[in-house]
Formats: sequence, C-alpha cells, structure tokens
Amino acid sequence: MTQKILTTENVHLYYGKKEALHGINLDFNKNDITALIGPSGSGKSTYLRALNRMHDLTDSVTVNGTFMFNGHDIYAPNTDTVALRQKIGMVFQQPNPFPFSIYDNVAFGVRTAEKKSKAELDEIVEKSLKQAAIWDEVKDNLHKSALSLSGGQQQRVSIARALATNPEILLLDEPTAALDPVSASKVENTMMQLRNQLTMIIVTHSMAQASRISDKTAFFMDGHLVEFNHTKKVLLDPDRQETQDYISGRFG
Amino acid sequence: MDSIRESLLKKSKATKKDRFARVITFSALLLIVVVVISIFLFVASKGLATFFTNKVNLWDFLSGKKWAPGQTNAQGQPLTGALPMITGSFLVTLIAALVATPFAIGTAVFMTEISPKHGAKILGPVTELLVGIPSVVYGFIGLSVIVPVMRHIFGGSGFGIIAGAMVLFIMILPTVTSMTVDTLKSVPRHYRESALALGATRWQMIYKVILRSATPGILTAVVFGMARAFGEALAVQMVIGNAPLMPKGLTSPSSTLTSILTQGIGNTVMGSLENNALWSLALILLLMSLVFNIIMRAIAKKGAM
Ligand SMILES: Nc1ncnc2c1ncn2[C@@H]1O[C@H](COP(=O)(O)OP(=O)(O)O)[C@@H](O)[C@H]1O
Ligand SMILES: [Mg+2]
Repeated sequence: MTQKILTTENVHLYYGKKEALHGINLDFNKNDITALIGPSGSGKSTYLRALNRMHDLTDSVTVNGTFMFNGHDIYAPNTDTVALRQKIGMVFQQPNPFPFSIYDNVAFGVRTAEKKSKAELDEIVEKSLKQAAIWDEVKDNLHKSALSLSGGQQQRVSIARALATNPEILLLDEPTAALDPVSASKVENTMMQLRNQLTMIIVTHSMAQASRISDKTAFFMDGHLVEFNHTKKVLLDPDRQETQDYISGRFG
Repeated sequence: MDSIRESLLKKSKATKKDRFARVITFSALLLIVVVVISIFLFVASKGLATFFTNKVNLWDFLSGKKWAPGQTNAQGQPLTGALPMITGSFLVTLIAALVATPFAIGTAVFMTEISPKHGAKILGPVTELLVGIPSVVYGFIGLSVIVPVMRHIFGGSGFGIIAGAMVLFIMILPTVTSMTVDTLKSVPRHYRESALALGATRWQMIYKVILRSATPGILTAVVFGMARAFGEALAVQMVIGNAPLMPKGLTSPSSTLTSILTQGIGNTVMGSLENNALWSLALILLLMSLVFNIIMRAIAKKGAM
C-alpha cells in the first residue's frame, strides 16, 4: 500500500458564519500529483489554503476537522507554522516574486529559516532553479530583479523559491491560469519534472492539464467533495452525474 | 437634406461648451505657470543683486561666518557670511528627519501590520488635526515646553538647534507617518502571503519584505518631511534663539535661513545691501526646495523600475 503523506478528515471551514467547506475527506499519496478541479467558488482554493494554515492570517475564518501530515496534527496548538510552511510550500496563481533579485527571491525562505554560508546558499539557489527548470534562462542574471522576467519565468522562479526550503508537499493554486499558452506549458513541464520528487496538489481549471499531469483528481462542487479517484477514471468514466456534467462543459 | 448639412457644419452647443471649458482650464494653467516663473525671476533678480550690484563675492557669501550686512570688515567688504544660517538650516532639518524616521516607521508598522483596526480609526483624524495646527502654535509649545526642558538638561538659555529640531520633528512627524502608512499599505497583499507561505515569521515578513519593498516610498516620505522642515520659519524662529553665529553646540542660540529672513525682511530698505542679502538667503531656500523635489523624483523613478 502506498504511503499517505497527508490525510484530511471531516474538514469544515467557515468564512464568518458562511460555511465554505462542508466536511471534506481527502488523502494524498506520497509523491503523487493530485488535481483539484471544479467550478469557480467551489472551495478549491479555500481547501488548499487550509493545508498550510494560510487561513490563520484571517481572524474571521474557522477551520474544523483533522489534518494529519506525516502523522502530525497540522492544527495542533503547538504546531510551528513556520516549520510547517517550509515543509508544505505554496505557489500562487499570479506569478508573484518579491521585487528583489532572482537570487534573493530563491534564497528568501532559506535565509529566514537559518544562517547559511554563501557557498551553501549558492548551491541551494542553483539546485532549486534547476529543479524548477529555469536555471539555464537566468543563470547569467541572478542579480537582476525578478520582476524583469516574463510571466512564465516569474512563475518558475516562484516555484524555485518554494522548492528552496526543501518541502515535502507543494501546493499550487492554478499556477498556469495567468500565463500565455507557451509559458503555461513550460511551467507544466517543470511540474512534470518534479514528479516523483515531491507530492504536489494542484488546483486547475484545465481538464487537459489535469489529465496530462495528475495521478488522481478530486472534483469539488459547492464546498463538497463530489468525487475522488484516479484521474483517468474521473475524467473518462465518472461515477457521479455532477462530475459528468462539469467535464462535458455543461456548467462551470 | 439641407438642414442636416447645416446642423453638421454649424458648431453645436456642446462643442462650444467644450471649447469654452478648454479655454478656461488652459488660462488657469497659464496663470499658474506665469506666477511660478515670476516668483523665480523676482527672487533670483533680487537675490543675485547682492553679487552683481553690491559686488559681494559668492564664495565669501557661502563660506563667510559673520552675518552683519550693515557693517563692513577691515577691507571694507560687507559682512554677509551666510554659513551660520546654512549650517543651522541643515542641522535642524537633518536632526528632525533622523528622529522622525524611526518613529514614523514604527507607528506606520503598528498601524498597518499589527493593529490595522485601531490604526485606521486613530491615524486619519489625528494626522488631519496635527497638520491643521498653525505653526505658531507648535512654536508656542516649543517655547513653553521644549525650551525650558532643554534649559533644564543642558543649561544655558535652552534656545538652539536641538529645540528647533524637536519642534520640527513634531511638526513633520504626522505627515511623514501618514505617507509611510500609505506606502506600506500599497505593498501588495501577495508579498505578505508569499513571505508567510515560505515560512517567514510575521516579524521577518515585516522587515525583510514589507519594509524592504517600501524603502523608496519611505525615503520619499522622509525627504518630503525634510523639505517641509527646511522651509518652516515661524516655529523655528521662536525657539532657536536667532543669533546669526556659527552654532557652537546644539544647545547654543543659532539661526536658520528662514528665521533670519523672517526676522529681518521687514526691517530693511528695499534695494539696500541688507535687503538684497536677505533675498539671497531666499534664493538658497528656493533652490533647496528644488533640490528636494529632484531627489523625490529620482527616488520615484528608481522605485518604479
Ligand atoms: N476571504 C473570503 N471571505 C469570504 N468568503 C470567501 C473568501 N474567500 C472565498 N470565499 C467564498 O468561499 C467559496 C469558495 O471560494 P474559493 O475557495 O475561492 O473557490 P475556488 O478556488 O474553487 O474558485 C466561495 O463561495 C467564495 O465566495
Ligand atoms: Mg481559486
């Protein structure tokens, strides 16, 4: 049996009084890529952000349920959110490097965590940029502002930045939605190359993308998990009518 | 057919109105440009007269340490050394800015990052109130609070650079703070989110991401405060002592360009050397405000890259 790196059970989430997630049960296999699909407003981002406790930033959000990461309770009062977020990294929809140099961007998470020598940092930066498949494009310009790069390059730098802290899980919220098709396919290739190195959970609006890169797919609707299975099964032969309707483009 | 033709060729009412509005706005603009240029020309012609009409040496003016335009030295040259006032102006401005900057940053961080709810409720009204207070009131507070405190701590009269700088510090703090707050607020939310998502603590997020990306804006706020401090006259005049001497220390009576200017301009005769020398001080002030403006523009340009 494959190892479960992350399990979530009975997840309810409220924005103020409004319930946005109605009891989600979802497990993730180590080194799998899992796609979260579903119409806008179905709760995909909300669920994803619960996994590394990004909702902590907003006072009005209440999260209930059990979240176990390698057997540790993510929401236990003594969980160190700083360490947690280094182990569960995140990439956002908008490519959003800091207005610093490429090098400083990638080194950011490492520098905040511990003091490293210049040589160690150099090595981590190079390795992360290579992992994100952008090294060749930026290696001569590491000290140029990351904002001078194209959108697709910025997104891959954002991925490198998240990889630098050596996470076990990478959460990606529609990482290619804001990019042109060429850039999007480069970012997608990057994710393919990272396959088997770490666990990825990716929100996507593109069924084609889900089918190309993901092992399993979860279909969300109105804050419910409707269906969760191997990607082929969900996309080609779904068990539920709602899934079928969504995939065949009847709504969403 | 003809009526359509006619109505197309004739200027409509809307077109006329449009024309009228354009003429009005353009005249307003022209008027402002003319006023600004005349001010420059006027101050420059008066201020330069010291050097061209009264034959004062520019270098003696900028580096001389004795200011008594009515009198002459042994060589028969008028005593128009402006260095004491130039030094005084720069000292009060720099000290005020140096003290104000950490206060402004600290307050702004508290109001935007740590307690935005209280921040929004307190800062707006307080700033408006403080900016609206006339400078004579600040000067009066300086005179009745800061000067006695200085006298108590350092001895002497209590008048001097420090007293002037403190009054200016209080005067520019609200503006510098609210400009800093605006800069911090304009740092995109996603910088904060990605910093935390990368495992930064809240404090690391504040100083490694927010303050760092807001640096150009904070510098602009500080320079803006300095420009105000450099040009402030009345409040400083009330607490600095107005002795046109090289500052011997930070607590001995000194003077600034503005304080000597406001004190003397009413007591001199137009066209005399005494009067022209004061206009030369005004010219320095004008040029300095230009310099502050250029610095702010340069920062904005660099920050935009
Ligand atoms: N900050 C918020 N405050 C209140 N409601 C929110 C907030 N963010 C999202 N929601 C609501 O939660 C639901 C799920 O949103 P979201 O997770 O963003 O959906 P998705 O990512 O699937 O498009 C939506 O109804 C949305 O309106
Ligand atoms: Mg979303």
